[in-house]
Formats: sequence, structure tokens, C-alpha cells
Amino acid sequence: MSVSKGVLLIGGPSKGTRMRPLTLDCPKPLLPIAGKPMIWHPLSAFAKVPGLTEVIIIGFYEDSVMSGFIKEVKREFPNIGISYLREYKALGTAGGLYHFRDSILRPPVPQNIFICNIDICSAFPFQELLQLHSSHRGVGTIMGVNVKKETAQKYGCIVTEPESSLMVHYVEKPDSWISNTVNGGVYLFDKSEDPLVKPDEILRLEQDVIVPLAAAKKMYVYECKDFWRQIKTAASAVTANSLYLTRIQKTNPDFLARSSPNVISPVYIDSSATIDPTAKIGPNVAIGPGVTVGAGVRVKDAIILEGTNLEQHSCVLNSIVGANCNVGAWARVDGKPEPETDVKGQISVTILATEVSLAPETLVRSCIVLPNKSLNRNSANEVLL
Amino acid sequence: MKISTTSLPLNPTQPRYALILVGGFGTRLRPLTLSWPKPLVEFCNKAMILHQIEALVKAGVKDIVLAVNYRPEVMVSVLKKTEEEFGINIHFSVETEPLGTAGPLALARDILGKDDSPFFVLNSDVTCVYPFEAFRDFHIAHGAEGSIMVTKVAEPSAYGVVVTKPGSTVIDRFVEKPVEFVGNRINAGIYIFNPTVLNRIKLEPTSIEKDTFPAIAADQQLHSFDLPGFWMDVGQPKDYLSGTCLYLSHLTSTHSPLLTDPKKNKWVYGGNVLVDPSAEIDPTAVIGPNVVIGPDAKIGPGVRLQRCVILSNAVVRDHAWIANSIIGWNSNVGRWTRVENITVLGDDVTIKDELYVNGASVLPHKSISTSITEPRIKRRESCKIDPSYYPH
Repeated sequence: MSVSKGVLLIGGPSKGTRMRPLTLDCPKPLLPIAGKPMIWHPLSAFAKVPGLTEVIIIGFYEDSVMSGFIKEVKREFPNIGISYLREYKALGTAGGLYHFRDSILRPPVPQNIFICNIDICSAFPFQELLQLHSSHRGVGTIMGVNVKKETAQKYGCIVTEPESSLMVHYVEKPDSWISNTVNGGVYLFDKSEDPLVKPDEILRLEQDVIVPLAAAKKMYVYECKDFWRQIKTAASAVTANSLYLTRIQKTNPDFLARSSPNVISPVYIDSSATIDPTAKIGPNVAIGPGVTVGAGVRVKDAIILEGTNLEQHSCVLNSIVGANCNVGAWARVDGKPEPETDVKGQISVTILATEVSLAPETLVRSCIVLPNKSLNRNSANEVLL
Repeated sequence: MKISTTSLPLNPTQPRYALILVGGFGTRLRPLTLSWPKPLVEFCNKAMILHQIEALVKAGVKDIVLAVNYRPEVMVSVLKKTEEEFGINIHFSVETEPLGTAGPLALARDILGKDDSPFFVLNSDVTCVYPFEAFRDFHIAHGAEGSIMVTKVAEPSAYGVVVTKPGSTVIDRFVEKPVEFVGNRINAGIYIFNPTVLNRIKLEPTSIEKDTFPAIAADQQLHSFDLPGFWMDVGQPKDYLSGTCLYLSHLTSTHSPLLTDPKKNKWVYGGNVLVDPSAEIDPTAVIGPNVVIGPDAKIGPGVRLQRCVILSNAVVRDHAWIANSIIGWNSNVGRWTRVENITVLGDDVTIKDELYVNGASVLPHKSISTSITEPRIKRRESCKIDPSYYPH
């Protein structure tokens, strides 16, 4: 079996600004989605790939930010090596790969190198990607995903030759429509035809690596039929949460809360959370550590982060409630589902940042509330600073 | 021999007649009035018009004319029972064309002018304590042709202000929407007249406020009577709710046994709660202040109600939250649903679980399954519909 390694590109604190205000207190890769940090989902998928010996996480967060997580996953996945390599500055998506090429290529020397962005939510079909990759003679395989025609131009658009899966054309965010197959943010490269040998300061994986490889007919496309979403905005975390929970329901149902009249699957409830039996939870809810959910509370399509208290009869729908918030009795935190395409100036999902307090009976609908706010009036469609 | 007129007793005749200006379809109170004629819509668990009829009966009135421009069968049959209960006659005086606020008096001349006793005239949308006996005594005491009840308002600029002669109750003039302060007493829509006033009104569209009153006042035959206590025109939902609060506060201040006792019922919060004995309230609900719950209504566990009216046979399910709204007869509000901001549900409306309903007017028999986040239906004053539309 050939040796593989996985690289996770996590970016740094200056990235992920569209995830604010959640990322003001929690670095984006560690944001809990479906009960696990965002980065855990691709990492655990790597751990299942036969022959994968090591996962290298590259970003420019402080080491201390990542060290706790690294320690945890090393314990959880003892059979693979996991390390965090910090860029001294943002080097671009491929720049980091080039910078750390020696670490990536150290023995056991990998035949295949997976590269995965973490701002996506996917089933991460790495094994299927590897299978296709092994069947052609190109140097790289990209995971292509199908999106709606209206949204395709927001992504890197791929034109494929259907019979051979050969990539014939690639344009990053084109001005006019090219195809519905777009770059899913997951790649597999041969070590032999090392694409990482461009000593530029800033090296972009898409424009500087993929485009020339497509032109040279050395890139192939694996079309992923399973779910896929970008996690760019805070609102998309709610969608990702429900997609991951639905998947976990099939792959690892014991991780989730057991279904009952008041628990509508899929629901994740941390073992240290306290839930009143009269509260009705789910579907698509993740409840973090130390959360208290009072009598007669309703939670649906939501992420409740650690230490938060939902008082009796309160109602949280289509929202993310940050850590250590307090939602008063009969208060309502309500949002709209994430729309297919963002409308400027319109907020869909409600986000309460850390330590927000909501007075009893107040309504917060489609709002973004910054940390440490105390709200005692109804609010709708506002950013509350 | 000279006979002193002043030695004659003042007109001692007890008023036997009253006219209530009911008017049209109550479009301002839709969607409630799509299912039920406005005078029969309950106000604090009693048909609006019954509040007035009972007070008139108490003041000795025997014949009540309802000036209407349509006559729904349901109103006839309901008021038949009222006639029997109080031993009175209720006449429907149906306008074939709109006659304004004074024309209906001419139309009902045969009844109102039957004898020399004074008669009452009421606008049907007005709620107050109806001090008809004191009003009658005042009218008889001054002996002039007419009396108008006036109420004090904080901001008189939106109303017609009644100005009396200094140190007197004689009305000097009326100032419509005054730009500078001339007084803060406005017409409360309740009058008492001697039958001679009928000689001033022709059977044609006439405004009592604009045509009749200035003429009587010019003859110094019109007096104003200060209405004690609260007053509200409850012809539209927002004011209906405000009027409900005023009425409930009045019940509280008079220690009315009709109100639910907070000491005996832990679920009452803040008082001013009027609940029909046949309604079922879960003890874990929190209700008040300013809530009316009608007969056979059901309020589920963990429900929170304030400043709202739940009409008969409506169901409010677990953990729902309702404020500043009217829940129509036989309607159903789902669990964890939030209803607020002058929402009015018509008869037999269903709101599904977990929704948010903000300032909506929901037509009868509708089922709502997605949130209404912004007020949508615009109220128009002058849209009329066929009376046969009334389902009851």
C-alpha cells in the first residue's frame, strides 16, 4: 500500500472574518459544529484512509491556539502522526505547502499528498479520490462538486472531459458562467511530479498551481456526489451542523442523543449539558458542554455553545448561541434558514456572540449580536454592536 | 293673573327611549367582523352592545333603536333574547342609504318622538362607565334641549374640542382639530336630547357633530357633562386592546368580583385578568396583566399571555407567547409560537407550532404555517362586502 499524507490548510486569525462575531472568541478551525471542532471532521476522515500515516495542519494561528486540539486528536487517533506547522506569515494557499515541503516529504515519503481546506463541509471521500487518482496518469486530482448554476461563479469553475475525467479548463470565480462543477477544496497530488516547487512569496493553489496543471492536461477531476457546502459565514455553520449531524446519524449514531418524543434526531448533546426533560430539542441541534436547558424550552436548527443557559419556555430556532450566554424565560432567538445566495444587508441566521444576555420575553430575530451585550428590547434584522 | 313659568316643575319625564348608532360592517375591526356583526363582538367577555343596553336598562330605558345599515339575522336572534331578558323592545332602524350621524334620528322619529320624554343617543364603538342616570339627572336639571358627554384627553389637537361659556356648562362652540389650546374636553359620542331636537333634523345625510350641534349651541340649548372615569372608542383593534385595559383597570379599582383573584390563582401575574369560569387554564401558565379569556378557551402549560384577548373556544398551546393581540373564536395558537404587535386572528384560524406572527390580520378559517415577520394587511376604511358573506 502506498503511503499518503494529509495536509489541512486552516489559515489564520486574519482569515474567517465573515465568521465574526463567533470567531472573535473562538478560532474558526475550532468552532464546534455537530459537537466537534470544524477541523475535526476532515481530520477524522483522513484517519480512515488506509496507508495515511500523517496529518499536517498548516496555518498561522499561534501554536498555543492549536496545542490543546492537537493533544486531543493525537489521543483520539493514535495510529497517525498529527502536527501543527505555523507559517510566520500568510503565504497563500500553496505558499505554506512550499514552505513546509521538507516536513511533508520526510520519511515515510508519501506517494500521495492530500490537501484539504477546512472552510468546507463535506463527506470528505478521500478514499474514492485516491481510487480515481490511482487510475489515471496525471499528477493531481481535484474534488469537483456540483452547485446551482446561479451560484457557480462564486467558486473555481471546472470543465471536465466526461469519459476520461480529465480537467480541460479551470477559471477561478469567472465573470460568466462556465460550468456547474466547481472546486470542492480537496486535492490529491503525486509526490513525484511535485507541484510545490514554485519559490514565489505568495503562492495560490488555484491560480498558480491548478490552472497551469489543467493547461498541461495533468489534472483530473473526481466528482463528489455526496453533500458539500462552504463554511464561509456564521450562518453557513448552522447548515453545516445539520449536514454533519445527518451524516453522523448514519455513520456513528451512538455519538448522538437518543431519539425520544422530546429529542428529534439528529441531535448532539454534550454529556456535561443539563437538559430538562420537558424541553423539546431537534432536529439539527448541537448542544455544547455545561449548557443548561430549562423546562419547556424549544431548540431547533441551532448550535448552542458551552456554558450557555436557556431559561424556561425560551425558543431558539435557526441560530447560533455563543458561549456563556443567557436567554431569558419566554425569550425567542429566531432566524431564517441560510439562503442559497446571500442578499447584501440581510441577515438570515441569528448569531449571539459570547456572553450575550437576553431579557425574558424579548425577541431577537435575524440579528448579529456582538459579545457581552445585554438586550432587553426586541430586535430584528440588525447588527447589535 | 301672571303665571310664573319657573314655578312649573322641570320636565320630570323619565327617558324611555335610546338610539344606538351601530352603522355599518365594522370594517375597522376586521377580521373579527367578517364572522360576527360588530355589536356582538365581545368586549371583556360581553357583546359590545350589551354593555350599553344593560346600562340603558339600568337608567330606565324601555325602547332601544339600533340604527343599522344592514340587519344580520344573527343579530336579530341574539337581541330577541336580550329583549326577553330585560323586558325591553329593540327596534332595528335600517338605513337604505347612508344618513350620517344625525339622519338616523329622523328615521327613528316615530319612536324617539312618541312622547315628550328625552332620549339617549350613543355611538356603539364607545366604551366607558356609562353614567346614564347622572347624565339624565343633569339634563333634566338644566332643562335645555340637549346634553353632550365630554371626556378629557391629553392631546386635544386630533379631536373636536367642546368649548363652554366661562363658569357654565352651556356649550359656546366647537373647535375641530384646534391648532392652539382651547380646552381638552372632547365629544364622547353620548348624548341626551329632548324630542324637539327632531325638528332640527331632516331625513337626509346629516352630521350630528357638524350640522346639528352648532345649531343647538347657537340657541344656547346645548350643555356639556363631564364623563367620569375612562373613555375609549374601541372601533379598531389597537383601541379595542387599549379600551380592554381601561375597562379591566376600572374593574380592579372597583374591586369587581369578575376579575380573577391573584391570591387564589398563582398563574395570574400583575392583575387585571378576566377569565370566563368555563375556560381551562393550565396552572403553569403565566397570565397578565390585562388579559381577557373567553368561555371554553384552553390555555396550555407554560403559556405566557399579556395585554391580549382570547375569544371563546380558542386554544393556546404549550409555551406559546402572546402580547398585544386578539385571538379569534375557535382559533388555535401552536406551541412555542409568538404572537404580538396588534395581531388579530379571525374565527377558526390555526397558527402552527413555533411560528412568529407579527402584526398580522388573519382572515377566518386560515391556517398559517410560515412565520409572518412583518405586518402585511393594510387596513382600508371604506371597503364594503356583501352582507350575505357573513357565515353565521
